[in-house]
Amino acid sequence: MEYEVNIGIEIHAELLTKSKVFCSCPVQFGAPPNTLTCPVCLGLPGALPVLNKKAVEYAILTALALNCKINRNAIFHRKNYFYPDLPKNYQISQYDTPIGIQGYLEIETANGRKRIRIRRVHLEEDTGKLIHSGGRITGSDMSFVDFNRSGVPLLEIVSEPDISSPEEAKEYLINVRDILVFLGVCDGKMEEGSMRCEANVSIRKKGSDKLGTKTELKNINSFRAVERALQYEIERQIEIVSKGKEVVQETRHWDEKNEKTISMRSKEEAHDYRYFPEPDLVPLEIDDAWIENLRSQIPELPEEKYERYKTLGLTPYEAKLLAHDLELSIFFDKAVKLYNNPKNIANWLLVDVTKELKDRNKVITQTLLTPEIMVELLLLIDEGKISGRIAKDILPELIDKGSSPEKIIEERNLTQITDTSALLSVIEQVLKENAGVVEEYRKGKEKSFMFLVGQVMKLTKGKANPKLVNELLKKALG
Amino acid sequence: MELADLTAHELLELISKKEVSPQEVVKSCIDRIEKYEPKIKAYLFIRNPEEIINSVKEDEPYSAIPIAIKDNILVKGLPNTCASKILANFIAPYNATVIERLNKKSLNIIGKTNLDEFAMGSSTENSAFGPTRNPWDIERVPGGSSGGSAASVAMGSAIWALGSDTGGSIRQPASFCGVVGLKPTYGTVSRYGLVAFASSLDQIGPITKDVTDCALLYSFINGYDPNDSTSLNIEPYRYSPLKGDIKGIKIGLIRELLGEGVDPSVKKCIEDSVKIFEDLGAIIEEVSLPYISYSVPTYYILAPAEASSNLARFDGVRYGFRASGKTAEEMMSNTRGEGFGPEVKRRIMLGTYVLSAGYYEAFYLKALKFRNLIASDFRKAFERFDVLISPTSPTLPFKLGEKVENPLEMYLADICTIPINLAGLPAISIPSGFVNNLPVGLQIIGPVFSEAKLFEVAYAFEQATPFHKRRPQLGGISYGV
Repeated sequence: MEYEVNIGIEIHAELLTKSKVFCSCPVQFGAPPNTLTCPVCLGLPGALPVLNKKAVEYAILTALALNCKINRNAIFHRKNYFYPDLPKNYQISQYDTPIGIQGYLEIETANGRKRIRIRRVHLEEDTGKLIHSGGRITGSDMSFVDFNRSGVPLLEIVSEPDISSPEEAKEYLINVRDILVFLGVCDGKMEEGSMRCEANVSIRKKGSDKLGTKTELKNINSFRAVERALQYEIERQIEIVSKGKEVVQETRHWDEKNEKTISMRSKEEAHDYRYFPEPDLVPLEIDDAWIENLRSQIPELPEEKYERYKTLGLTPYEAKLLAHDLELSIFFDKAVKLYNNPKNIANWLLVDVTKELKDRNKVITQTLLTPEIMVELLLLIDEGKISGRIAKDILPELIDKGSSPEKIIEERNLTQITDTSALLSVIEQVLKENAGVVEEYRKGKEKSFMFLVGQVMKLTKGKANPKLVNELLKKALG
Repeated sequence: MELADLTAHELLELISKKEVSPQEVVKSCIDRIEKYEPKIKAYLFIRNPEEIINSVKEDEPYSAIPIAIKDNILVKGLPNTCASKILANFIAPYNATVIERLNKKSLNIIGKTNLDEFAMGSSTENSAFGPTRNPWDIERVPGGSSGGSAASVAMGSAIWALGSDTGGSIRQPASFCGVVGLKPTYGTVSRYGLVAFASSLDQIGPITKDVTDCALLYSFINGYDPNDSTSLNIEPYRYSPLKGDIKGIKIGLIRELLGEGVDPSVKKCIEDSVKIFEDLGAIIEEVSLPYISYSVPTYYILAPAEASSNLARFDGVRYGFRASGKTAEEMMSNTRGEGFGPEVKRRIMLGTYVLSAGYYEAFYLKALKFRNLIASDFRKAFERFDVLISPTSPTLPFKLGEKVENPLEMYLADICTIPINLAGLPAISIPSGFVNNLPVGLQIIGPVFSEAKLFEVAYAFEQATPFHKRRPQLGGISYGV
């Protein structure tokens, strides 16, 4: 029997606003517990919420970037449930009038491009954090609550169950993450919890028009976990159904360590959140002028960059790598303006620069390398003043110190040797010292030629013009 | 008459003429507390008399006018119990916006007054710390939920007071205690720092001995507050001396609020009031607002629904009373089980029920529709009338214990005041007569933001009648051991 998979994804993204969504406490990570709190985010008696305009703008921006319609009259609702990390024991959220509805996002799949519909984008407040003595809730004698995170603005992005495989789910998630990062509304760090994800998944017989019973997966904390958890859950459901049994509608917890999903609670135990309109806030009126103003602030997003980069002559692979890296793509765009060889810049950025960045665990904006320096380096190669070898050698210095390549070359006398007579004397010396190798070459061992080139480069400390060395050496060897 | 029997504006005049000293005024009020508080029990917390006297500043005339604050309005550093065991040990860590505004005028806060627990009730009997008595007859209730505030003013221990009104909690006790109480237009007084009962209905307002004081105190507390999103950014009311000329104004007498269930003696009193208005040159006609008959059921869906959510924060996790429990959930559950009184629990259950899946549409949404219909009845009436009148309470102050066992009957005590909260309108209750030495209140209702007009109409009535001058015979009560 063949099965079709339906996956819907719910993303929670912490917004990078300066202050919380309903009070003026700063949004900041790593501060000592309960130092970023006030009567509002502590749920003290008498405290009232005041909506942060910036958070609304971030929500509208995201909704627009995800091709959503904007609700002109968005209402906040209270979601009621008791939990010690929820100071008011209700969360101010949105229910039937979220800020954005009916959007979509296109992703690349094995079968070409695919449109994933987005049901809603809404704004809500984050909870505090529980810290259990001993680290685990079970068996812990005591728990503490840190309310620094309480009231941090959260964006909830819910997709329709249009995703058909774990790979697509990961692709969708990465795409949403990149949009959030490019918009500057969220740092998108899943491992740090600033972007969280839940997935609901069901299977049905191929061709069936009715969705199967879904399970909801929680505790998915990385892009890798999304794929693994879904894969596991799909296999589990297929096993159940192929045995003639039925999947139970429930919430399941992804156990990262044991790589399986565990039942958390069934549908019968599900909360009744008793949503009702938040009487402490007035309806949020969003007019056309506000929307258009925000629309004009949307920067070029990865999809558009990708298409543009392909027109610049990059391969789809290169275009994708660059287009989905905010810092690198901005660097690239600036460099292209100064130096019209996109292919060459992309090459350098994606290979040598990327390797250096990885070694340093940094993004390009955290280094001293600028597009101007990069272009200066590439021009020196083009003009034949230095070899690619030398360029690679001095790259770390450019990254760490932001030095001028031209100056380095001058100071260290690294300019390429293009003087034929000077090179000929070096070649003569190499041939003399490696008579055995020369002999081998003459007997037909091609590799020996490269060895001899290497020796010339070594003696000239890499400064010899490789093309010229090749020519002269061939001539000398007859 | 002693100083404690006078109004704020009378006392301010005496002080400015140097006929009395500010300290004398404050001492007169403290004296009342010492003599009568043990019987009336208007307060849950009284500041140290020495502190109160020391708060008087020569260049700040209002510092000589003691004010009592209902114990659900946060005053930084003072207890704020909401008359509940669950907040018995809670000290307010910040000031409500209205308190910040009073502090600017240096008003002298004398203490925090008793209320029905979390403002839920109409008699102040639902206080976890015991009931307050009516200064006119200590066998009777002072009304509620701002019973402590109304009694504190009636007994002269405070010259004026702040209360809160969700369904009549300022006006009904004002009526029972023979004083003036204003429920302002929703959104004109900040709710920041008022412990929420039903957010869409709650408003803080003044309780005073006469209309002039009411207008004065309202002018201090009203106005836009960015900390309250439901606060309206409009030109605030500013006090100017009242004239009381109401010739030619049109007054509607609400038929539905004079029908069944209204005590004949109260009805008679209101009919007398109609004559007084006519003598003052007003034109009075009966008007029908059919939907207000649905006010009580509408209110007892919406208010508990909001309350069930508003009161969820009292869980023992961060502040207030905490019971023990093996797990966090058990601790929270025990805290609420032991910390809340029966009426609060009843309303939390009601509210939880009407918001539950499957009942939301049948109850909550339907009640919202009725709320709109009631508001629209009022809007239509105000196309024809400048103000509307009705009794404030359908009955005279009732005896302690009389309605405690019958919550439905108690809920009907607010039948005249509830519609006004549902419609978000302003209404004032003023003394309009006495029956067997028990005060009867007249309610004057206006369109939104018509406080200035309400004050003029109420002032005209006041000037033509002696009722606001009458004080309870406190000395006549037997205060034997």
